Amino acid sequence: MFASAVHMIEFHHVFKRYPGEYDALKNVSFKMERGEMAFVTGHSGAGKTTLLKLISLIERPTRGQAIVNGKNLAKLAARRVPYFRRELGIVFQNFKLLFDRSVYDNVALPLIVTGVEAREVGKRVRAALDKVGLLPKERLNPVVLSGGEQQRVGIARAIVHRPALLLADEPTGNVDIVLAEGILDLFLDFNNHGVTVLIATHDQRLINRAHKRMLVLTHGEIAHDSAESAQAAQ
Amino acid sequence: MIQVLKRYGRHHRHVLAATLVQLARAPLASAMTIAAIGITLALPTGLYLVIDNLQRVSRGWDTGGQISLFLKRDATEAAIDKLAERIRRVRAVARVEVVSRAQALAEFKRMSGFGDALNVLDRNPLPAVLVVHPTSKLSAEGSRSLLQDLRGYDLVESAQLDLEWVQRLYALLGLAERAVWALGALLSLAVLLTVGNTIRLAVSNRRDEIEVMKLMGGTDAFIRRPFLYSGVIHGVLGAAVTWLILAVIQWFLSDSVSELAWSYDSELRIEGLTVSASVALLVVGAFLGWVGSRLTVSRHLRAIEPT
Repeated sequence: MFASAVHMIEFHHVFKRYPGEYDALKNVSFKMERGEMAFVTGHSGAGKTTLLKLISLIERPTRGQAIVNGKNLAKLAARRVPYFRRELGIVFQNFKLLFDRSVYDNVALPLIVTGVEAREVGKRVRAALDKVGLLPKERLNPVVLSGGEQQRVGIARAIVHRPALLLADEPTGNVDIVLAEGILDLFLDFNNHGVTVLIATHDQRLINRAHKRMLVLTHGEIAHDSAESAQAAQ
Repeated sequence: MIQVLKRYGRHHRHVLAATLVQLARAPLASAMTIAAIGITLALPTGLYLVIDNLQRVSRGWDTGGQISLFLKRDATEAAIDKLAERIRRVRAVARVEVVSRAQALAEFKRMSGFGDALNVLDRNPLPAVLVVHPTSKLSAEGSRSLLQDLRGYDLVESAQLDLEWVQRLYALLGLAERAVWALGALLSLAVLLTVGNTIRLAVSNRRDEIEVMKLMGGTDAFIRRPFLYSGVIHGVLGAAVTWLILAVIQWFLSDSVSELAWSYDSELRIEGLTVSASVALLVVGAFLGWVGSRLTVSRHLRAIEPT
């Protein structure tokens, strides 16, 4: 378990095949250190989303070994999955906000499910909303917010419980470039505070601006890993 | 440890409040479910009440029946009176009537219509009879053992216990009681299905929420809890509706019952559910709500996984 102390994510020859389909991921191997930030990019259907689903245990690998945050994903019992996910923050492409409750209650959800004390919940939710600049809108229903604002509510919800690993699937897919840069700055800031960040995106401008590691997926395989080419160049 | 308990208590209060809010949000659907549960439970509970009242009314009746002792024909009147006196002192006996041979003959002539035929006989064929009424406290079993004792007297030719109609009534009440249990079991099943159906709808209405909670690390127990609360609340309120229905029916019938009782010169009136029976009804409602919800929710939660 020494390796897991250093690495947040370790994939060794991981395959994922959906029933009756092609291999969504083929022989994927890579490691991500704790505190690192990286982008996963590639054409649509290349396997970006599948990779994030494996890491968040929405799907299980078909073959190969995947270790995330010290847990072997193939072997983790179903009843342990909730506790595993509590260490994760996930930003969804389609936000997955609940429109039957306020912005505040949406962001509070990860704290409520883990039984955090009410006073503590208030403090943390407001801190998270402040961080994404939505504190004045905490009482509103997310349905009245713009797409960019809804995305930021989703980000606040993903970081409110101080996860060790932050996953984001196309976090800037629905916003213009100015807002996208604002969102990127948020992720860079979380990363500066020690959070491991993995972002799936096809937004090349974002990747270029961030100067972080980039993994390129092509037809389910890692075609390029900027960390490896940097090593090779040295 | 105390910290954990405090957190647990806080969480449960939170869930209870949230569940009540959910109920208040869909008052019509909840009200219909609660009414359905109330009506379903009203049937067996009402029957139980009817039987309970019948048992209470009939409790005063001669459960011990009566025993007829047919005496030997050569018994003298003095000996008969002496025997009657002895039997009167037996503790289980309330009253003894003496029917002499002459009285028996007269009664037989009057009742049977064979009076003229009997005139043909040169002597009275009927024996003297002692009619023994056991005390009302005596059970049917007690009457039977009393019968055995009375048979032992020399003067007694034969003895007969007449329990029939009381026994029939009690057998009937016993049967009805069993029928209530069977009906109760069947209708409890109906309540489980009613609650289950309501909870199934609630689960599918909150599909998105359940999915998000699973993604945020909510355990199955956590996600299940509000639905269990909801089931229990529906069950308890349904049982309360049952209580109300029965109270209204009792009120509705009370006038005609007291009129009937008055005509019989009796103090008869309908008794409603006792406090302990009412509590039991609510507990049963809560339990059925919990079970119905538990069975449904576990099955349907498994089907909802984030994709």
